[in-house]
Amino acid sequence: MLDFLGENIQSVLPILPQQTWETLYSTVISTFFAYVIGIPVGVLLATGTSGGILKLPKVVSRCLDIIVNLLRSVPFLLLMMVTLPISGLLFGTKIGTIASIPPLVIAAFPFVARLIESSLREVDRGVIEAAQAMGCSPFQIITKVMLPESVPSIISGAAIALTTIMGYGAMAGIIGAGGLGNVGITYGYYRYKYSIMYLIIIMLVILVQIFQTIGTWLSVRSDKRISYNKKRSKRK
Amino acid sequence: MGQPIIEIKGLTKTFGSGEDSVTALRDIDLQINEGDIFGIIGLSGAGKSTLVRCMNLLERPSAGQVIFDGREITSIKEKELRSVRKSIGMIFQRFNLLMQRTAAENVTFPLELEGAPKKKARERALELLKIVGLEDRADAYPAQLSGGQMQRVAIARAVASNPKVLLCDEATSALDPNTTRAILDLLKDINKTMGVTVVIITHEMKVIEQICNRVAVIDQSRIVEQGEVSQVFTHPKAAITRQLIMPHGTEPEMLKVQELRGNEVIRIVFNGGSAYEPLIASLAIDCGVKVNILGADTRNIDGKAYGSMLIGLPSDPKEAARALEYIKSQDGVTVEEVDD
Repeated sequence: MLDFLGENIQSVLPILPQQTWETLYSTVISTFFAYVIGIPVGVLLATGTSGGILKLPKVVSRCLDIIVNLLRSVPFLLLMMVTLPISGLLFGTKIGTIASIPPLVIAAFPFVARLIESSLREVDRGVIEAAQAMGCSPFQIITKVMLPESVPSIISGAAIALTTIMGYGAMAGIIGAGGLGNVGITYGYYRYKYSIMYLIIIMLVILVQIFQTIGTWLSVRSDKRISYNKKRSKRK
Repeated sequence: MGQPIIEIKGLTKTFGSGEDSVTALRDIDLQINEGDIFGIIGLSGAGKSTLVRCMNLLERPSAGQVIFDGREITSIKEKELRSVRKSIGMIFQRFNLLMQRTAAENVTFPLELEGAPKKKARERALELLKIVGLEDRADAYPAQLSGGQMQRVAIARAVASNPKVLLCDEATSALDPNTTRAILDLLKDINKTMGVTVVIITHEMKVIEQICNRVAVIDQSRIVEQGEVSQVFTHPKAAITRQLIMPHGTEPEMLKVQELRGNEVIRIVFNGGSAYEPLIASLAIDCGVKVNILGADTRNIDGKAYGSMLIGLPSDPKEAARALEYIKSQDGVTVEEVDD
Protein backbone atom coordinates (compact mmCIF):
# COMPACT_ATOMS: atom_id res chain seq x y z
CA MET A 1 0.00 0.00 0.00
CA LEU A 2 2.71 2.42 1.00
CA ASP A 3 4.69 1.47 -2.07
CA PHE A 4 1.65 2.17 -4.21
CA LEU A 5 1.34 5.70 -2.72
CA GLY A 6 5.04 6.21 -3.08
CA GLU A 7 4.91 5.29 -6.74
CA ASN A 8 2.23 7.89 -7.43
CA ILE A 9 4.14 10.59 -5.69
CA GLN A 10 7.37 9.57 -7.37
CA SER A 11 5.69 10.02 -10.74
CA VAL A 12 5.04 13.71 -10.05
CA LEU A 13 8.24 14.49 -8.15
CA PRO A 14 10.22 15.60 -11.24
CA ILE A 15 7.65 18.26 -12.15
CA LEU A 16 7.18 19.61 -8.63
CA PRO A 17 10.04 22.18 -8.57
CA GLN A 18 8.85 23.77 -11.82
CA GLN A 19 5.22 23.75 -10.64
CA THR A 20 6.13 25.21 -7.24
CA TRP A 21 7.96 27.99 -9.04
CA GLU A 22 4.90 28.66 -11.24
CA THR A 23 2.68 28.87 -8.17
CA LEU A 24 5.08 31.28 -6.51
CA TYR A 25 5.55 33.59 -9.43
CA SER A 26 1.90 33.73 -10.44
CA THR A 27 1.01 34.44 -6.81
CA VAL A 28 3.61 37.15 -6.37
CA ILE A 29 2.93 38.85 -9.69
CA SER A 30 -0.86 38.73 -9.19
CA THR A 31 -0.49 40.09 -5.67
CA PHE A 32 1.74 42.86 -6.93
CA PHE A 33 -0.77 44.01 -9.56
CA ALA A 34 -3.64 43.53 -7.12
CA TYR A 35 -1.85 46.06 -4.88
CA VAL A 36 -1.12 48.42 -7.77
CA ILE A 37 -4.88 48.68 -8.30
CA GLY A 38 -5.97 47.94 -4.74
CA ILE A 39 -3.97 50.65 -2.93
CA PRO A 40 -5.52 53.63 -4.74
CA VAL A 41 -8.98 52.06 -4.52
CA GLY A 42 -8.47 51.32 -0.82
CA VAL A 43 -7.29 54.88 -0.23
CA LEU A 44 -10.40 56.23 -1.93
CA LEU A 45 -12.60 53.89 0.10
CA ALA A 46 -10.98 54.96 3.37
CA THR A 47 -10.82 58.69 2.74
CA GLY A 48 -13.68 59.41 0.38
CA THR A 49 -16.59 58.66 2.67
CA SER A 50 -18.33 61.45 4.52
CA GLY A 51 -16.12 62.83 7.25
CA GLY A 52 -13.05 61.59 5.37
CA ILE A 53 -10.26 63.88 4.24
CA LEU A 54 -11.08 63.65 0.53
CA LYS A 55 -14.25 65.36 -0.50
CA LEU A 56 -15.40 62.90 -3.14
CA PRO A 57 -18.89 63.30 -4.52
CA LYS A 58 -21.14 60.92 -2.64
CA VAL A 59 -22.11 59.15 -5.88
CA VAL A 60 -18.49 58.30 -6.64
CA SER A 61 -17.66 56.85 -3.25
CA ARG A 62 -20.94 54.94 -3.20
CA CYS A 63 -20.32 53.47 -6.66
CA LEU A 64 -16.80 52.46 -5.70
CA ASP A 65 -18.14 50.72 -2.64
CA ILE A 66 -20.73 48.85 -4.66
CA ILE A 67 -18.28 47.77 -7.38
CA VAL A 68 -15.87 46.42 -4.79
CA ASN A 69 -18.62 44.53 -3.01
CA LEU A 70 -19.91 43.18 -6.30
CA LEU A 71 -16.55 41.81 -7.37
CA ARG A 72 -15.99 40.38 -3.91
CA SER A 73 -19.27 38.50 -3.94
CA VAL A 74 -18.79 36.72 -7.28
CA PRO A 75 -17.34 33.22 -6.67
CA PHE A 76 -13.78 33.12 -7.92
CA LEU A 77 -14.35 30.23 -10.35
CA LEU A 78 -17.12 32.11 -12.15
CA LEU A 79 -15.20 35.37 -12.10
CA MET A 80 -12.30 33.54 -13.66
CA MET A 81 -14.44 32.18 -16.49
CA VAL A 82 -15.88 35.61 -17.16
CA THR A 83 -12.56 37.41 -17.11
CA LEU A 84 -10.51 34.90 -19.10
CA PRO A 85 -11.20 36.71 -22.38
CA ILE A 86 -9.10 39.55 -20.98
CA SER A 87 -6.18 37.13 -20.81
CA GLY A 88 -6.91 36.20 -24.40
CA LEU A 89 -6.70 39.86 -25.39
CA LEU A 90 -3.56 40.54 -23.38
CA PHE A 91 -1.54 37.40 -23.96
CA GLY A 92 -3.26 35.68 -26.87
CA THR A 93 -3.98 32.62 -24.74
CA LYS A 94 -6.61 31.59 -22.26
CA ILE A 95 -4.68 28.71 -20.76
CA GLY A 96 -1.51 28.45 -18.77
CA THR A 97 -0.06 30.23 -15.81
CA ILE A 98 0.22 33.64 -17.50
CA ALA A 99 -3.43 33.50 -18.52
CA SER A 100 -4.43 33.00 -14.90
CA ILE A 101 -2.85 36.26 -13.78
CA PRO A 102 -5.48 38.78 -15.05
CA PRO A 103 -8.41 36.88 -13.45
CA LEU A 104 -6.40 36.59 -10.24
CA VAL A 105 -5.70 40.32 -10.21
CA ILE A 106 -9.33 41.17 -10.89
CA ALA A 107 -10.51 38.79 -8.18
CA ALA A 108 -7.92 39.96 -5.66
CA PHE A 109 -7.79 43.74 -6.02
CA PRO A 110 -11.18 44.39 -4.34
CA PHE A 111 -10.04 42.19 -1.46
CA VAL A 112 -6.75 44.10 -1.28
CA ALA A 113 -8.65 47.40 -1.43
CA ARG A 114 -10.69 46.37 1.61
CA LEU A 115 -7.52 45.36 3.46
CA ILE A 116 -5.92 48.72 2.68
CA GLU A 117 -9.10 50.51 3.67
CA SER A 118 -9.21 48.85 7.07
CA SER A 119 -5.48 49.48 7.65
CA LEU A 120 -5.91 53.17 6.87
CA ARG A 121 -8.96 53.47 9.06
CA GLU A 122 -6.85 52.30 11.99
CA VAL A 123 -4.74 55.46 11.79
CA ASP A 124 -5.44 57.64 14.80
CA ARG A 125 -7.90 60.41 13.95
CA GLY A 126 -5.92 62.76 16.18
CA VAL A 127 -2.74 62.29 14.17
CA ILE A 128 -4.60 63.17 10.99
CA GLU A 129 -6.04 66.21 12.73
CA ALA A 130 -2.54 67.26 13.81
CA ALA A 131 -1.38 66.96 10.21
CA GLN A 132 -4.32 69.08 9.03
CA ALA A 133 -3.46 71.66 11.67
CA MET A 134 0.08 71.78 10.26
CA GLY A 135 -1.31 72.66 6.84
CA CYS A 136 -1.09 69.25 5.13
CA SER A 137 -3.01 68.84 1.88
CA PRO A 138 -5.22 65.74 1.63
CA PHE A 139 -2.66 64.17 -0.71
CA GLN A 140 0.14 64.81 1.80
CA ILE A 141 -1.97 63.35 4.58
CA ILE A 142 -2.40 60.17 2.55
CA THR A 143 1.21 59.82 1.44
CA LYS A 144 3.03 61.25 4.46
CA VAL A 145 0.76 60.29 7.32
CA MET A 146 -1.84 57.60 6.66
CA LEU A 147 0.20 55.20 4.52
CA PRO A 148 3.48 55.43 6.51
CA GLU A 149 1.66 55.19 9.83
CA SER A 150 -0.16 52.04 8.76
CA VAL A 151 2.82 50.20 7.24
CA PRO A 152 2.82 47.41 9.87
CA SER A 153 -0.88 46.81 9.34
CA ILE A 154 -0.47 46.93 5.54
CA ILE A 155 2.33 44.36 5.71
CA SER A 156 0.30 41.96 7.79
CA GLY A 157 -2.58 42.51 5.36
CA ALA A 158 -0.22 41.68 2.50
CA ALA A 159 0.54 38.31 4.08
CA ILE A 160 -3.18 37.59 4.16
CA ALA A 161 -3.57 38.74 0.56
CA LEU A 162 -0.64 36.64 -0.62
CA THR A 163 -1.97 33.45 0.95
CA THR A 164 -5.50 34.08 -0.29
CA ILE A 165 -4.27 34.75 -3.82
CA MET A 166 -2.24 31.56 -3.68
CA GLY A 167 -5.45 29.71 -2.84
CA TYR A 168 -7.20 31.34 -5.81
CA GLY A 169 -4.20 30.41 -7.99
CA ALA A 170 -4.56 26.77 -7.00
CA MET A 171 -8.20 26.91 -8.10
CA ALA A 172 -7.10 28.36 -11.39
CA GLY A 173 -5.50 24.97 -11.98
CA ILE A 174 -8.94 23.87 -13.16
CA ILE A 175 -8.70 26.04 -16.25
CA GLY A 176 -5.24 24.81 -16.98
CA ALA A 177 -3.19 27.39 -15.14
CA GLY A 178 0.13 25.85 -14.13
CA GLY A 179 1.30 25.45 -10.61
CA LEU A 180 0.72 23.14 -7.69
CA GLY A 181 -3.06 23.46 -7.83
CA ASN A 182 -3.05 22.12 -11.37
CA VAL A 183 -0.88 19.16 -10.37
CA GLY A 184 -3.26 18.35 -7.52
CA ILE A 185 -6.31 18.53 -9.77
CA THR A 186 -5.09 16.90 -12.98
CA TYR A 187 -2.66 14.30 -11.57
CA GLY A 188 -4.45 13.68 -8.28
CA TYR A 189 -8.16 14.41 -8.38
CA TYR A 190 -9.00 13.54 -12.00
CA ARG A 191 -6.91 10.35 -11.93
CA TYR A 192 -8.08 9.24 -8.49
CA LYS A 193 -4.52 9.39 -7.19
CA TYR A 194 -5.48 11.03 -3.95
CA SER A 195 -2.04 10.71 -2.43
CA ILE A 196 -0.82 13.28 -4.96
CA MET A 197 -3.67 15.56 -3.98
CA TYR A 198 -2.76 15.29 -0.31
CA LEU A 199 0.89 15.96 -1.10
CA ILE A 200 -0.10 19.13 -2.94
CA ILE A 201 -2.30 20.20 -0.03
CA ILE A 202 0.59 19.71 2.39
CA MET A 203 2.91 21.71 0.12
CA LEU A 204 0.39 24.55 -0.14
CA VAL A 205 -0.07 24.54 3.63
CA ILE A 206 3.67 24.82 4.09
CA LEU A 207 3.89 27.69 1.58
CA VAL A 208 1.05 29.51 3.35
CA GLN A 209 2.82 29.02 6.67
CA ILE A 210 6.04 30.44 5.25
CA PHE A 211 4.33 33.51 3.75
CA GLN A 212 2.34 34.13 6.90
CA THR A 213 5.33 33.76 9.21
CA ILE A 214 7.48 36.08 7.12
CA GLY A 215 4.62 38.58 6.89
CA THR A 216 3.98 38.63 10.62
CA TRP A 217 7.68 38.91 11.37
CA LEU A 218 8.09 41.83 8.95
CA SER A 219 4.99 43.53 10.31
CA VAL A 220 6.13 43.33 13.93
CA ARG A 221 9.65 44.33 13.02
CA SER A 222 8.47 47.41 11.14
CA ASP A 223 6.18 48.57 13.92
CA LYS A 224 7.86 51.25 16.00
CA ARG A 225 5.04 51.19 18.49
CA ILE A 226 5.81 47.73 19.85
CA SER A 227 9.49 47.12 19.20
CA TYR A 228 10.33 49.10 22.30
CA ASN A 229 8.11 47.06 24.59
CA LYS A 230 9.58 43.89 23.18
CA LYS A 231 13.11 45.07 23.75
CA ARG A 232 12.13 46.13 27.21
CA SER A 233 10.65 42.78 28.16
CA LYS A 234 13.73 41.06 26.79
CA ARG A 235 15.89 43.15 29.05
CA LYS A 236 13.92 42.12 32.10
CA MET B 1 -0.45 95.28 24.98
CA GLY B 2 0.12 93.93 21.50
CA GLN B 3 -2.00 94.01 18.38
CA PRO B 4 -4.91 91.57 18.15
CA ILE B 5 -3.68 88.34 16.56
CA ILE B 6 -6.87 86.32 16.79
CA GLU B 7 -10.29 87.93 16.81
CA ILE B 8 -13.48 85.98 16.96
CA LYS B 9 -16.72 87.75 16.19
CA GLY B 10 -20.19 86.36 16.70
CA LEU B 11 -19.03 82.80 16.30
CA THR B 12 -21.63 80.07 16.54
CA LYS B 13 -21.07 76.38 15.96
CA THR B 14 -23.88 73.91 15.61
CA PHE B 15 -23.37 70.21 15.06
CA GLY B 16 -25.95 68.25 13.13
CA SER B 17 -29.15 69.70 11.81
CA GLY B 18 -32.82 69.85 12.59
CA GLU B 19 -34.06 68.51 15.89
CA ASP B 20 -30.88 66.56 16.65
CA SER B 21 -28.65 69.59 16.34
CA VAL B 22 -26.40 70.53 19.21
CA THR B 23 -25.08 74.04 19.63
CA ALA B 24 -21.53 73.81 20.92
CA LEU B 25 -20.77 77.53 20.75
CA ARG B 26 -23.13 80.44 20.83
CA ASP B 27 -22.29 83.95 19.76
CA ILE B 28 -18.67 83.99 20.91
CA ASP B 29 -16.67 87.23 20.85
CA LEU B 30 -13.05 86.99 21.75
CA GLN B 31 -9.87 88.91 21.21
CA ILE B 32 -6.41 87.50 21.73
CA ASN B 33 -3.49 89.89 21.50
CA GLU B 34 0.03 89.29 20.29
CA GLY B 35 2.22 88.04 23.11
CA ASP B 36 -0.69 86.93 25.27
CA ILE B 37 -0.84 83.67 27.08
CA PHE B 38 -4.56 83.40 26.81
CA GLY B 39 -6.42 80.81 28.84
CA ILE B 40 -9.85 79.47 27.97
CA ILE B 41 -11.32 77.58 30.87
CA GLY B 42 -14.52 75.66 31.25
CA LEU B 43 -15.91 72.37 32.42
CA SER B 44 -15.95 69.45 30.02
CA GLY B 45 -18.61 69.82 27.41
CA ALA B 46 -18.61 73.59 27.71
CA GLY B 47 -17.41 73.91 24.11
CA LYS B 48 -13.83 74.99 24.70
CA SER B 49 -12.26 72.36 22.47
CA THR B 50 -14.60 73.27 19.65
CA LEU B 51 -13.68 76.92 20.15
CA VAL B 52 -9.95 76.31 19.79
CA ARG B 53 -10.60 74.14 16.72
CA CYS B 54 -12.48 77.01 15.18
CA MET B 55 -9.38 79.19 15.48
CA ASN B 56 -7.54 77.16 12.81
CA LEU B 57 -10.76 76.00 11.20
CA LEU B 58 -10.35 72.33 12.01
CA GLU B 59 -13.99 72.97 12.81
CA ARG B 60 -15.93 75.20 10.46
CA PRO B 61 -18.01 77.75 12.37
CA SER B 62 -21.70 77.77 11.47
CA ALA B 63 -21.73 81.54 11.72
CA GLY B 64 -19.41 84.37 12.61
CA GLN B 65 -15.91 85.44 11.75
CA VAL B 66 -12.43 84.29 12.66
CA ILE B 67 -9.79 86.94 12.01
CA PHE B 68 -6.20 85.81 12.17
CA ASP B 69 -3.49 88.44 11.98
CA GLY B 70 -5.88 90.94 10.47
CA ARG B 71 -7.29 88.55 7.89
CA GLU B 72 -10.72 86.99 7.84
CA ILE B 73 -10.04 83.28 7.33
CA THR B 74 -13.44 81.58 7.27
CA SER B 75 -14.01 82.57 3.67
CA ILE B 76 -10.57 81.96 2.16
CA LYS B 77 -9.73 79.10 -0.17
CA GLU B 78 -8.56 75.72 1.10
CA LYS B 79 -5.07 76.25 -0.28
CA GLU B 80 -4.65 79.64 1.39
CA LEU B 81 -6.04 78.22 4.60
CA ARG B 82 -3.30 75.61 4.56
CA SER B 83 -0.65 78.30 4.39
CA VAL B 84 -2.36 80.23 7.22
CA ARG B 85 -2.36 77.05 9.30
CA LYS B 86 1.42 76.90 8.98
CA SER B 87 1.57 79.99 11.16
CA ILE B 88 -0.70 78.45 13.79
CA GLY B 89 0.92 75.62 15.73
CA MET B 90 -1.18 73.22 17.73
CA ILE B 91 -0.61 70.68 20.48
CA PHE B 92 -3.08 68.16 21.83
CA GLN B 93 -4.05 66.28 24.95
CA ARG B 94 -3.01 62.98 23.39
CA PHE B 95 0.11 64.45 21.74
CA ASN B 96 -0.81 63.06 18.30
CA LEU B 97 2.73 62.26 17.29
CA LEU B 98 3.49 60.14 14.26
CA MET B 99 4.21 56.81 15.94
CA GLN B 100 6.31 55.41 13.12
CA ARG B 101 8.68 58.37 13.10
CA THR B 102 11.40 59.23 15.60
CA ALA B 103 11.22 62.34 17.77
CA ALA B 104 13.48 64.23 15.36
CA GLU B 105 11.50 63.02 12.33
CA ASN B 106 8.31 64.23 13.97
CA VAL B 107 9.84 67.68 14.35
CA THR B 108 11.07 67.72 10.74
CA PHE B 109 7.58 66.84 9.50
CA PRO B 110 6.27 70.42 9.17
CA LEU B 111 9.62 71.44 7.66
CA GLU B 112 9.32 68.72 5.03
CA LEU B 113 5.91 70.11 4.14
CA GLU B 114 7.60 73.42 3.42
CA GLY B 115 10.13 71.60 1.26
CA ALA B 116 13.14 72.22 3.51
CA PRO B 117 16.25 70.20 2.57
CA LYS B 118 16.63 67.08 4.72
CA LYS B 119 19.92 68.04 6.34
CA LYS B 120 18.75 71.52 7.24
CA ALA B 121 15.47 70.21 8.61
CA ARG B 122 17.35 67.73 10.79
CA GLU B 123 19.61 70.49 12.15
CA ARG B 124 16.63 72.65 12.98
CA ALA B 125 14.87 69.69 14.61
CA LEU B 126 17.85 69.02 16.86
CA GLU B 127 17.97 72.70 17.75
CA LEU B 128 14.29 72.64 18.72
CA LEU B 129 14.64 69.40 20.64
CA LYS B 130 17.41 71.08 22.59
CA ILE B 131 15.08 73.95 23.46
CA VAL B 132 12.51 71.52 24.81
CA GLY B 133 15.20 69.57 26.63
CA LEU B 134 15.15 66.38 24.59
CA GLU B 135 18.26 66.55 22.43
CA ASP B 136 19.44 63.19 23.76
CA ARG B 137 16.21 61.44 22.70
CA ALA B 138 16.20 62.70 19.11
CA ASP B 139 16.27 59.21 17.61
CA ALA B 140 13.81 57.63 20.03
CA TYR B 141 10.36 56.63 18.82
CA PRO B 142 7.33 58.10 20.61
CA ALA B 143 6.55 54.68 22.15
CA GLN B 144 9.88 54.94 23.94
CA LEU B 145 9.06 58.32 25.50
CA SER B 146 7.04 59.29 28.54
CA GLY B 147 3.92 61.44 28.27
CA GLY B 148 5.78 64.59 29.23
CA GLN B 149 8.53 63.86 26.73
CA MET B 150 5.98 63.22 23.98
CA GLN B 151 4.36 66.56 24.69
CA ARG B 152 7.78 68.22 24.48
CA VAL B 153 8.29 66.66 21.06
CA ALA B 154 4.82 67.86 20.07
CA ILE B 155 5.71 71.38 21.20
CA ALA B 156 8.97 71.31 19.25
CA ARG B 157 7.01 70.11 16.20
CA ALA B 158 4.36 72.78 16.64
CA VAL B 159 6.85 75.64 16.78
CA ALA B 160 9.16 74.28 14.06
CA SER B 161 7.59 76.38 11.34
CA ASN B 162 7.88 79.58 13.44
CA PRO B 163 4.17 80.04 14.04
CA LYS B 164 2.70 83.22 15.44
CA VAL B 165 0.27 81.38 17.65
CA LEU B 166 0.43 78.12 19.52
CA LEU B 167 -2.93 76.52 20.30
CA CYS B 168 -2.89 74.10 23.23
CA ASP B 169 -5.89 71.82 23.47
CA GLU B 170 -5.89 70.36 26.99
CA ALA B 171 -2.17 69.92 26.50
CA THR B 172 -1.46 69.03 30.10
CA SER B 173 -4.62 67.13 31.01
CA ALA B 174 -3.01 63.74 30.46
CA LEU B 175 0.07 64.60 32.52
CA ASP B 176 0.88 64.38 36.22
CA PRO B 177 1.17 67.62 38.25
CA ASN B 178 4.96 67.85 38.13
CA THR B 179 5.11 67.24 34.41
CA THR B 180 2.26 69.70 33.93
CA ARG B 181 4.24 72.38 35.70
CA ALA B 182 7.33 71.66 33.61
CA ILE B 183 5.37 71.75 30.34
CA LEU B 184 3.68 75.02 31.35
CA ASP B 185 7.06 76.53 32.19
CA LEU B 186 8.26 75.47 28.77
CA LEU B 187 5.25 77.12 27.12
CA LYS B 188 5.89 80.30 29.07
CA ASP B 189 9.51 80.19 28.00
CA ILE B 190 8.57 79.75 24.35
CA ASN B 191 6.11 82.62 24.67
CA LYS B 192 8.85 84.87 25.99
CA THR B 193 11.84 83.85 23.89
CA MET B 194 10.14 83.13 20.56
CA GLY B 195 7.35 85.66 20.93
CA VAL B 196 4.68 83.08 20.20
CA THR B 197 1.19 83.92 21.38
CA VAL B 198 -0.13 80.96 23.36
CA VAL B 199 -3.79 79.96 23.63
CA ILE B 200 -4.48 77.39 26.31
CA ILE B 201 -7.65 75.37 26.66
CA THR B 202 -8.02 73.75 30.04
CA HIS B 203 -10.41 72.73 32.77
CA GLU B 204 -7.81 73.29 35.49
CA MET B 205 -7.62 76.65 37.20
CA LYS B 206 -4.05 76.03 38.25
CA VAL B 207 -2.98 76.01 34.62
CA ILE B 208 -4.47 79.46 34.10
CA GLU B 209 -3.00 80.60 37.39
CA GLN B 210 0.49 79.44 36.53
CA ILE B 211 1.04 81.02 33.16
CA CYS B 212 -1.88 82.95 31.67
CA ASN B 213 -2.16 86.71 31.65
CA ARG B 214 -5.67 86.78 30.21
CA VAL B 215 -8.53 84.37 30.57
CA ALA B 216 -11.96 83.67 29.17
CA VAL B 217 -14.42 81.52 31.05
CA ILE B 218 -16.74 79.46 28.91
CA ASP B 219 -19.87 77.84 30.20
CA GLN B 220 -22.71 76.19 28.35
CA SER B 221 -21.48 77.30 24.94
CA ARG B 222 -21.05 80.95 25.90
CA ILE B 223 -18.24 83.10 27.15
CA VAL B 224 -19.43 84.26 30.55
CA GLU B 225 -16.42 86.27 31.56
CA GLN B 226 -13.09 87.44 30.15
CA GLY B 227 -10.27 89.73 31.07
CA GLU B 228 -6.97 89.95 32.91
CA VAL B 229 -6.40 86.88 35.04
CA SER B 230 -5.85 88.92 38.23
CA GLN B 231 -9.06 90.84 37.55
CA VAL B 232 -11.17 87.77 36.92
CA PHE B 233 -9.69 86.00 39.93
CA THR B 234 -10.35 88.79 42.39
CA HIS B 235 -13.72 89.82 41.12
CA PRO B 236 -15.27 86.72 39.59
CA LYS B 237 -18.69 87.72 38.31
CA ALA B 238 -20.10 84.46 37.04
CA ALA B 239 -21.01 81.64 39.38
CA ILE B 240 -19.08 79.21 37.23
CA THR B 241 -15.92 81.28 37.61
CA ARG B 242 -16.22 81.25 41.37
CA GLN B 243 -16.76 77.54 41.23
CA LEU B 244 -13.65 77.07 39.11
CA ILE B 245 -11.51 79.31 41.29
CA MET B 246 -12.60 77.82 44.57
CA PRO B 247 -13.89 74.35 43.85
CA HIS B 248 -14.48 73.70 47.55
CA GLY B 249 -16.46 76.86 48.13
CA THR B 250 -15.14 80.25 49.09
CA GLU B 251 -14.92 79.41 52.78
CA PRO B 252 -11.82 77.48 53.75
CA GLU B 253 -12.64 74.50 55.87
CA MET B 254 -12.32 75.31 59.51
CA LEU B 255 -10.27 73.07 61.70
CA LYS B 256 -11.24 72.03 65.17
CA VAL B 257 -13.22 75.16 65.88
CA GLN B 258 -14.82 73.68 68.95
CA GLU B 259 -11.42 73.45 70.61
CA LEU B 260 -10.97 77.17 70.29
CA ARG B 261 -14.19 78.20 71.88
CA GLY B 262 -13.74 81.51 73.56
CA ASN B 263 -11.07 82.64 71.16
CA GLU B 264 -12.03 85.21 68.62
CA VAL B 265 -11.89 84.01 65.04
CA ILE B 266 -11.28 86.42 62.18
CA ARG B 267 -11.16 86.00 58.44
CA ILE B 268 -8.37 87.71 56.56
CA VAL B 269 -9.16 88.31 52.91
CA PHE B 270 -6.21 88.81 50.61
CA ASN B 271 -7.06 91.20 47.82
CA GLY B 272 -3.86 91.14 45.89
CA GLY B 273 -1.21 92.26 48.33
CA SER B 274 2.28 91.00 47.81
CA ALA B 275 2.47 87.24 48.08
CA TYR B 276 6.00 87.61 49.31
CA GLU B 277 5.02 89.42 52.54
CA PRO B 278 4.97 86.78 55.24
CA LEU B 279 2.00 88.26 57.09
CA ILE B 280 1.57 85.72 59.85
CA ALA B 281 5.29 85.43 60.50
CA SER B 282 5.70 89.20 60.70
CA LEU B 283 2.74 89.30 63.02
CA ALA B 284 4.47 86.90 65.35
CA ILE B 285 7.79 88.72 65.16
CA ASP B 286 6.62 92.35 65.14
CA CYS B 287 3.90 92.02 67.79
CA GLY B 288 5.03 88.91 69.54
CA VAL B 289 1.54 87.50 69.13
CA LYS B 290 0.99 83.89 68.26
CA VAL B 291 -2.10 83.24 66.19
CA ASN B 292 -3.58 79.99 65.13
CA ILE B 293 -4.24 79.35 61.42
CA LEU B 294 -7.51 77.47 61.26
CA GLY B 295 -7.83 77.25 57.56
CA ALA B 296 -6.53 78.89 54.47
CA ASP B 297 -7.19 78.88 50.75
CA THR B 298 -4.90 81.32 49.09
CA ARG B 299 -3.47 81.58 45.63
CA ASN B 300 -0.50 83.32 44.18
CA ILE B 301 -1.40 85.00 40.93
CA ASP B 302 1.31 86.95 39.21
CA GLY B 303 3.09 87.48 42.54
CA LYS B 304 -0.06 88.68 44.28
CA ALA B 305 -1.94 86.89 46.99
CA TYR B 306 -5.64 86.13 46.67
CA GLY B 307 -7.93 84.11 48.86
CA SER B 308 -8.82 84.00 52.49
CA MET B 309 -7.49 82.68 55.76
CA LEU B 310 -9.18 81.94 59.06
CA ILE B 311 -7.19 82.93 62.12
CA GLY B 312 -7.85 82.18 65.78
CA LEU B 313 -6.73 85.14 67.88
CA PRO B 314 -5.09 84.58 71.24
CA SER B 315 -7.41 84.43 74.26
CA ASP B 316 -5.73 87.41 75.92
CA PRO B 317 -7.85 90.40 74.83
CA LYS B 318 -4.90 92.81 74.76
CA GLU B 319 -2.86 90.56 72.51
CA ALA B 320 -5.88 89.92 70.34
CA ALA B 321 -6.49 93.64 69.88
CA ARG B 322 -2.85 94.24 69.02
CA ALA B 323 -2.87 91.48 66.42
CA LEU B 324 -6.10 92.76 64.88
CA GLU B 325 -4.70 96.24 64.57
CA TYR B 326 -1.51 94.97 63.01
CA ILE B 327 -3.33 92.92 60.39
CA LYS B 328 -5.71 95.77 59.56
CA SER B 329 -2.74 98.04 58.91
CA GLN B 330 -1.41 95.78 56.15
CA ASP B 331 -1.94 96.62 52.49
CA GLY B 332 -4.13 94.44 50.36
CA VAL B 333 -5.93 92.65 53.16
CA THR B 334 -9.31 93.16 54.77
CA VAL B 335 -10.38 91.65 58.03
CA GLU B 336 -13.78 90.33 58.95
CA GLU B 337 -14.87 88.91 62.26
CA VAL B 338 -16.41 85.50 62.19
CA ASP B 339 -19.21 84.74 64.60
CA ASP B 340 -19.62 81.27 65.82
